[in-house]
Amino acid sequence: MKPSVAKLIETKREIISEDWLKKVEEVRREHHLENISDHVYTNTNKEFVEIILNAVGQGQESCDEQLSGFTERLIQLGWPLSYLTRGLQTFRKVILDTLFEDQEGKGDFEIYYEVESWVDEIVNTLVNEYSGSWENTVFLQKMALKELSAPLIPVFEHISVMPLIGTIDTERAKLIMENLLNGVIEHRSQVVLIDITGVPVVDTMVANHIIQASEAVRLVGADCILVGIRPEIAQTIVNLGIDLSKFPTKSTLKKGIASALEMTQKKIVKIEN
Amino acid sequence: MSQTCVEVRSEWSIVAARQAGRTIAKEVGFGSVDQARITTAISELARNIYLYAKVGEICIEKVVEANKVGVKVSASDNGPGIKDLRRVMEDGYTTSGGLGAGLPGVKRLMDEFLIDSKEGEGTKIHAVKWLR
Repeated sequence: MKPSVAKLIETKREIISEDWLKKVEEVRREHHLENISDHVYTNTNKEFVEIILNAVGQGQESCDEQLSGFTERLIQLGWPLSYLTRGLQTFRKVILDTLFEDQEGKGDFEIYYEVESWVDEIVNTLVNEYSGSWENTVFLQKMALKELSAPLIPVFEHISVMPLIGTIDTERAKLIMENLLNGVIEHRSQVVLIDITGVPVVDTMVANHIIQASEAVRLVGADCILVGIRPEIAQTIVNLGIDLSKFPTKSTLKKGIASALEMTQKKIVKIEN
Repeated sequence: MSQTCVEVRSEWSIVAARQAGRTIAKEVGFGSVDQARITTAISELARNIYLYAKVGEICIEKVVEANKVGVKVSASDNGPGIKDLRRVMEDGYTTSGGLGAGLPGVKRLMDEFLIDSKEGEGTKIHAVKWLR
């Protein structure tokens, strides 16, 4: 920033920050931030204006650091990005109004340009911080989703269960198939129970994936039992005209385990003394 | 009447469309079986858009007629269209390696079903489920 403009802003610092603090109250109403206590809101605003104005004196780099720390805290507290962008827009308006108030050359293009690029820089940093944190969150959630995606759990010797929970998309379907086949070989399963209690909607694509998966399981020498078919899912499967007659199905996991034990010639007996 | 529209662009918008459908079906007063039917129908239609047209829109609204209420699902896209309408309504006909139960399935899941498609121009489907 040009020293002359910086000096000008420095001299008006008090007026600018006071004016801004007043105007930013409107932003609060618009963005439903009333649930934040007055104390916190005022303090945050004060800190915000300090950081922006410090950027004038100290230069961009040290300001960036402060700004990053500040936004990080706001992100954690869940403040909307719109508060910051609106706040900065208001800030630009305030600063230009103040600077031009008693200036001879009203509408001085140089001042306007300097302020503009200065505020833009701050907006860029803020948006980058925010979108970076969102991308990070989305990435982490995707990973978390993948982790709980489709485990194959050995419950008895030669009997494994794969509980499916949530929506099945193409990516998950692939994972289900992989885990299923690898697991069957690893655990030497003879019977695999696929539990769809937690699958909200079974459409033709989901059904197709399940059919293919159990077909593949059959090829590696194990049997598949589909369990956890809720009554409403059963009706939609019939309506859709999906043929599941080739697969043994059971209403609950419990019944599925019972018939799996039967298929592997096992029995659970109560110990009597 | 209020209408909820979901733009279908990715696989996740199918979930969004389904969610919207379930909410409206619940509001209208459908039981859990019909809710599942409506959401499954929406899922099929949205998936068809995603699979064949890539981009499209699913709109769900409450409809009121004479002495009955229901949910209307409209799917529209500007995709490649359907060449042979008679054949896609046959069970087991598929061009994507699926089960070929999607459209005939939707017709059976819903009470009213209307399809309009021109090759190279796109497809429009309206389906209504009435509350009994």
